[in-house]
Amino acid sequence: MNHRDRLGRFLATDPADVGCEEAMAVLHVYVDLIADGRDAAAAYPGVAAHLAACGPCGEDFEGLLAAVTSP
Amino acid sequence: MKPLEELVAALDAESAEWVAALTGPAAERAQREARLHGMLVRVALHELGRRRTTSPWLAGVELEDLAHQAAADAMLAILRKLGTFRGESRFTTWAYRFVILEVSAKLGRHYWRVHPPVALEAEAWERLPDRFGLDPAEHVQRAELVRAMGRAVDETLTAHQRRLFTAIVLEGTPLDALAVRLGTNRNAIYKTVFDARRKIRAYLVANGYLEQEGTGAR
Repeated sequence: MNHRDRLGRFLATDPADVGCEEAMAVLHVYVDLIADGRDAAAAYPGVAAHLAACGPCGEDFEGLLAAVTSP
Repeated sequence: MKPLEELVAALDAESAEWVAALTGPAAERAQREARLHGMLVRVALHELGRRRTTSPWLAGVELEDLAHQAAADAMLAILRKLGTFRGESRFTTWAYRFVILEVSAKLGRHYWRVHPPVALEAEAWERLPDRFGLDPAEHVQRAELVRAMGRAVDETLTAHQRRLFTAIVLEGTPLDALAVRLGTNRNAIYKTVFDARRKIRAYLVANGYLEQEGTGAR
């Protein structure tokens, strides 16, 4: 990947992205779908787009998933 | 049937047990609250430990104290909002979300204790290539892109967007920490930076620095 691609990727924005508030409001539902082996991204594409783009919400998602799936 | 009984009847067995115990007789409630608190502390400790890998500055922080504070605040929020639980997820997943969000909020506040705010120097733009992992071998194009980015920031962003974009991208300030400093929330900052990224990208595309493909609008 060249420098323009890297910059372009950083600046890219997904119109489906629902933002932090909406994503965090359903995070528990989203995480339970994944924990149950279901396709959470298909059920909530806007949340999936947000979690891929927002570092802090992505961290919260990883943390909640770890909390419910770790023994 | 009363609403609470209707709710409990609709939940999975484990969640129903939690709701019934947390809304039941005082002795049972106290016992269940103590159990939930212990679980929240465990989740908070695990989460803080996990975040040390991505936030090295956490090494010097009293993680155990932070975990107990996050668990205590999450517990209060859970009990206050218990009536809003509708069983869209397991009860424990719903409850753990509160403590994970508390951990993030506490880390945002704690950030400024170990990173006192400093004014951004003019040379900060020189750090931009590192932020994006731009290849030093391509120094001519790199310098050209950095200049174009600077023009895009100056010409297309509002003063507020410029302030947040530079704080996050050039200074590397965590979004939650910036929200604490500005007395706002994560969502408001994210939306501002989202719009800033979109405007900068549009400028770079319009001026031939980036390809059109992948441009989004919100």
